Amino acid sequence: MRITCPHCGERDHREFYYKGHALALERPSPDAGEAAWDDYVHQRENPAGVTRDLWYHEGGCGAWVVVSRNTLTHEVLGTQAASEARA
Amino acid sequence: MRFSGLRVLKEGLTGNKGWQPHWRDPEPKPEYDIVIIGGGGHGLSTAYYLARDHGLKNIAVLERGYIGGGNIGRNTTIVRANYFLQGNSEFYSHSLKLWEGLEEDLNYNVMHSQRGIINLFHSDGQRDAAARRGNMMISQGDDAILLGREELRKMVPFLNFDDLRFPLYGGLYHPRGGTARHDAVAWGYARGADTRGVDLIQNCEVTGIDIENGQVRGVQTVRGPIRARKVAMVVAGRSSQVAAMAGMRLPIESHILQAFVTEGLKPVIDHVITFGMGHFYISQSDKGGLVFGGDLDFYASYAARGNLPTVEHVMEAGMALMPMIGKARVLRSWGGIMDMSPDGSPIIDRTHIDGLYVNCGWNYGGFKAVPGSGNVFAHLIATGNYHPAATRFRLDRFRTGRGIIDEEGKGSQHNLH
Amino acid sequence: MRIEGKGLIARDHRVSFTFDGVRYSGFQGDTLASALLANGVRLVARSFKYHRPRGILTAGSEEPNALVTIGTGGRQDPNVRATVQELYDGLEARSQNRWPSLNHDLLSVNDLAAPFFGAGFYYKTFMWPRAFWEKLYEPMIRKAAGLGALSGEDNADRYERAFAFCDLLVIGAGPAGLMAALVAGRAGADVILADEDARIGGRLLAETYEIDGKPGHVWAEEVLAELRAMDNVRLMTRTTVAGAYDHGTFAALERVSHHRADRGAGAPLECFWRIVARRSVLAAGALERPVAFRDNDRPGIMTAGAVRAYLNRWGVAPGKAVTVFGNNDDAHRTARDLMAAGVHVAGLIDSRHDAPEVQGVHMIRGGQVCGSTGRRSLEAITVRRAGGEERIQTDCLAMSGGWNPSVHLTCHMNGRPAWRRDIASFVPVAGAIPGLRAAGACNGAFSTAGCLREGAAAAVEALEDLGLKASEPTLPAADDTPYALEPLWAVPGKGRAWLDFQNDVTVKDVKQAAVENFRSVEHMKRYTTQGMATDQGKNSNVAALAVLADATGRGIPETGTTTFRPPYSPIAIAALGAGAEGKGFQPQRFTTSHAATVARGAPLIEAGLWYRPSYFPKPGETDWRQSCDREVGYVRNAVGVADVSTLGKIDIQGADAAKLLDFVYTNMFSTLKVGRVRYGLMLREDGHVMDDGTTARLGEDHYVMTTTTAAAGEVMKHLEFATQGLHPEWDVSLCSVTEHWAQFAVAGPKAREVLNGLLDTPLDPQDWPFMSCGAVSVLGVAGRLFRISFSGEEGYEIAVPARYGASLFDILVKRAEGLGGGPYGMEALNVLRIEKGFITHSEIHGRTTAYDIGMGGMVSARKDCIGKTMSQRPGLEEPGRECLVGLKPVGPDGRLLAGAHLYRKEAEAKRTNDQGYVTSVCHSPTLGHMIGLAFLADGPERHGEIVKMVDGLRGVTTLCEVVNPVFFDADGGRMRG
Repeated sequence: MRITCPHCGERDHREFYYKGHALALERPSPDAGEAAWDDYVHQRENPAGVTRDLWYHEGGCGAWVVVSRNTLTHEVLGTQAASEARA
Repeated sequence: MRFSGLRVLKEGLTGNKGWQPHWRDPEPKPEYDIVIIGGGGHGLSTAYYLARDHGLKNIAVLERGYIGGGNIGRNTTIVRANYFLQGNSEFYSHSLKLWEGLEEDLNYNVMHSQRGIINLFHSDGQRDAAARRGNMMISQGDDAILLGREELRKMVPFLNFDDLRFPLYGGLYHPRGGTARHDAVAWGYARGADTRGVDLIQNCEVTGIDIENGQVRGVQTVRGPIRARKVAMVVAGRSSQVAAMAGMRLPIESHILQAFVTEGLKPVIDHVITFGMGHFYISQSDKGGLVFGGDLDFYASYAARGNLPTVEHVMEAGMALMPMIGKARVLRSWGGIMDMSPDGSPIIDRTHIDGLYVNCGWNYGGFKAVPGSGNVFAHLIATGNYHPAATRFRLDRFRTGRGIIDEEGKGSQHNLH
Repeated sequence: MRIEGKGLIARDHRVSFTFDGVRYSGFQGDTLASALLANGVRLVARSFKYHRPRGILTAGSEEPNALVTIGTGGRQDPNVRATVQELYDGLEARSQNRWPSLNHDLLSVNDLAAPFFGAGFYYKTFMWPRAFWEKLYEPMIRKAAGLGALSGEDNADRYERAFAFCDLLVIGAGPAGLMAALVAGRAGADVILADEDARIGGRLLAETYEIDGKPGHVWAEEVLAELRAMDNVRLMTRTTVAGAYDHGTFAALERVSHHRADRGAGAPLECFWRIVARRSVLAAGALERPVAFRDNDRPGIMTAGAVRAYLNRWGVAPGKAVTVFGNNDDAHRTARDLMAAGVHVAGLIDSRHDAPEVQGVHMIRGGQVCGSTGRRSLEAITVRRAGGEERIQTDCLAMSGGWNPSVHLTCHMNGRPAWRRDIASFVPVAGAIPGLRAAGACNGAFSTAGCLREGAAAAVEALEDLGLKASEPTLPAADDTPYALEPLWAVPGKGRAWLDFQNDVTVKDVKQAAVENFRSVEHMKRYTTQGMATDQGKNSNVAALAVLADATGRGIPETGTTTFRPPYSPIAIAALGAGAEGKGFQPQRFTTSHAATVARGAPLIEAGLWYRPSYFPKPGETDWRQSCDREVGYVRNAVGVADVSTLGKIDIQGADAAKLLDFVYTNMFSTLKVGRVRYGLMLREDGHVMDDGTTARLGEDHYVMTTTTAAAGEVMKHLEFATQGLHPEWDVSLCSVTEHWAQFAVAGPKAREVLNGLLDTPLDPQDWPFMSCGAVSVLGVAGRLFRISFSGEEGYEIAVPARYGASLFDILVKRAEGLGGGPYGMEALNVLRIEKGFITHSEIHGRTTAYDIGMGGMVSARKDCIGKTMSQRPGLEEPGRECLVGLKPVGPDGRLLAGAHLYRKEAEAKRTNDQGYVTSVCHSPTLGHMIGLAFLADGPERHGEIVKMVDGLRGVTTLCEVVNPVFFDADGGRMRG
């Protein structure tokens, strides 16, 4: 698999560490309540299709990258630095 | 038809003309007491035990493709009961006991081979962890032996004792662990369930779950609607999609686990050996192929195929641990879709919808659990109560924090278990 | 039998080889298979199940029968395809899966028992008595199964791995591949042309086709010469592209030295390539399929294309009286080529009634071969024809059931090939592998002109994608005759007709599977083992599918499709994992004191990827405990020096550095004063403890964090995530400086004395209270000093840039030795920390919470932090949880074991009574008995209670008193000084 790091360009996916769904960027406020936190930490849409997930360019520049990707085909639709995805 | 050596002999002498279908292909009926979604190992064993232990007959197993086509047909066939946390310990112990009588029970040779499993350790700290595990196994009534380096060398002299990157300190030996012929397990349960009147319906994809007033009423399928009083979702690999039909979200993320088999070779590895530092496990099939695997591919996927970094990492671990397998050639690689749960342990529970049950989240551990999972799930569906060996696989444990069963100590990271 | 004047072998280069100890000779350019056939060797192997005598079936890597073992010991290579192995002088090959010999194989009795060994028979028997499975049946089955053998010795050959990148990967160098490479090469694309054969040309080498009026192999040589002259084209022969993966990544195996007697002499035996290609052309050709008829597995029965290959490429007549049996025009070439070479063709049997006539041969149209006879090789065949049966004496039958395009790679990403009725074959579906185009025979184009045309077209399209301009290629002239066949899968009749030769799967087996309701292709395959042999069904899957379709009354496309998984042909584990043997498995990290540590004879232990000293033995010490106790004494009574550089160090700077620390630690760091250090506890977002360590504030906007050795990488990722992912608005930068600083713990009552000679300014205890930090000058070198303690004594950690580490360690140790101390290792470090109740990853093993380790109070109520909310889930802080305690054996000699479990004193040691477990133990030289840390249900409330420690594994039961986990100097007076 090849992933385009926003800083380093297209790299082999063995340079990356995988975290999971990009909803990890949407951290609830401390008082958001039990359900919101359960959703954030545990519950997953887990789509069979297009998803957005988080990769860390550990063997490269250290950027956290949001990758839009199809879980059925592994097609990568786009990548974006996590810091920009948030902004 | 009862299978036996005598039967094989008799059929052989009369031209093998008398063999009969191992199961029927019935048309779906409009209504069942219980509909089981998923004709994999767990769904089939659930149906079997519902019929065998609870006297229920009006049961259908609905399978999208062919029975046994999911992870039961694509794993490394390891059977063991060597867990160390409450919840897992009693459950896998229960499952192993069912394995031990499975051939007689099913009248099907699933080739359950208790050749023993050795988990290697490579430091004092890992020995302590292995001891914690082994002591739990013993206190649960299972078997465990702590092997020192020299005892280990006697059993498996071909390991790299001289210059392994992480030196061998010893191993935790589980003599009753072993392997089984994976497909035969599915077929044996299928035949057993069918014989007891369960309708196994292949090529019958479920497209919807009918719910009225918080009560399940049946399912929609590509072959028409089927009414049911109870519906069980047993679809590891597609759990999230099926649960979504009931409006549910599950604490599951799907990941790929690859496995490999080599060309046939004369016997050379007699045990199941696991190398935790390399995420590597290996055994040799009765046909002679080395069957082995490693860690996840580490990205959410439903593709049922993996990529080279993991392939190579698995092979690196093999070469590091036992360089004598270097000349074995990898014949085939495949990938299964794992239901990864936040603590790495399964979920067998009711749902908030009356009559709807869920069995999912088997991570890498589904194969060995097949008898136990079906057995306790059948108990839950039939009686409404948790089986004593499976009181802790609760759907709400993540929300409450009660009874989290995290063997790996990785926490709520679906992909790290 | 060799035919003079034919073939592409080097007739002037004779080589000698042995098979099963018998010496033969061949020529350079031969394969082992062609040389054996030239020497009249027919019987080369035994089948898997029935141990039937087997000969050579094919001329390629798909060979199911002719598998041999080459080499011995660490170089023993089992299951080598004789059809691929190039001959070299001194080659020694052995047959396999036979005992005592290939000619007289005792297990061939299995063949007589075949009626009892039908599909899936083992699922129905061997169940009684139960204990016999592991003891008798399974060992018996295992012994009989398997093909070749591993020697059991470590691999002794060299293997390598490499990466390659290109614009266009062309897979296969037959007419289609050559044309594609030529067009792309001329357009200036970076091209890799890979072919599994040693020689470029593909089928052109095996056939008598002409291209542009020249023999096909001559045309191939000319193209090869042009490609060789291009800098932008890389030719990779003996290279099998074995797998297609995501985003243009391909796996390929180059057999670098298998054809050399010296096995490379410095070059690797094999190299495993990861090729990343922007576009690819699959030009893998097609494989001929056998026809199933009674006893079609006898040595001497081969595929027709293989017979032509042996004849045309290697100049070998595989028989004296050859018969040909086919259902297509292509098979006729075999008869024509043989006759042209002067080989007697005893009959041409075509199952089609309307087959075109071939002159000069006894031709039977509308006939079918329905049986064969012969002892260990073919002697005669029986042909069923209009008007009855005819027996023909023949020692070689060339059979052809048509050709299967090599669609394999297009299935590797779940692509399902489509059925094409006109050629009765599966062909690839476009787009099955993104960026890949199939061309030529693998795409169902079976004429030479068709291959050339498709190869060129695929290259032109790929070039367009790549943004390169291709000049319109001129296609060379070649035969364009369409391929006509009438499907024939299995000749009806009694007896056994083989589909999967190696696994001994017959037509009957497939039919029986259907009767037993294994009607899905996958069920049939798994039940009969059809297609599971080393050829992975290349020779048999389509025919087996057709037989199944027939048996179940369905058409082939409705029955299913055939699919393949990587690798295309098997790859040695040694190649895929090259470089990982021994220490190559993972990187080794060494501290700056490593050389000095080794010089002092310290045994090393692994800590993550690092190596650290276990203890530093002194003369006269006979076991590690003596050394360890002595080193503990250094720290408690004088001074000890330990390298702690392996701990992760993260430099954190920026206006919002304090905010980040407040966010990732449970406790406050924004309130920490410059020049001070604080212990911090870090949670995962799920509320469990992730790591701990100290963080020092070096300046208003500058902190340096330490992590545990094991979690350094994880914490770095975590901090990066918190900053980039959760708070990109913060002004904070992170840098891992673990390897930039060498850091040494100097601990003990005389620690200050050791340092005072080194620091340019002596330490004033007033300026350097416990948990202070700051810049220091160490013998003129700018360093850092932290007054922290992991031993409970007055302790300092002194850090200098790594390049000064080795010398600073030497100086510290010498000074410590001068004061009655010295270096200490991990064993002593562990004892010191257990005596103090300090935790490591033995305690924070990922399942414990701040509450569990007695640090619930460290989760600040005044702020949010990662993990805080989830740590407040009811189950994570309620009574009943197993919490940290100290354990002290009741008697002075009581033994504690880490990994043992805890029970109430009177309770039986069974799971349901389990109360906890022991995490860390040691003999405390300070206290004179063993001590331990443990997790015990409601532990902190049970100090003073006697519990039972049980270790069933090692047969140890010890009564212990539950105590405070801080065993020594509970008020911390010593470390505060």
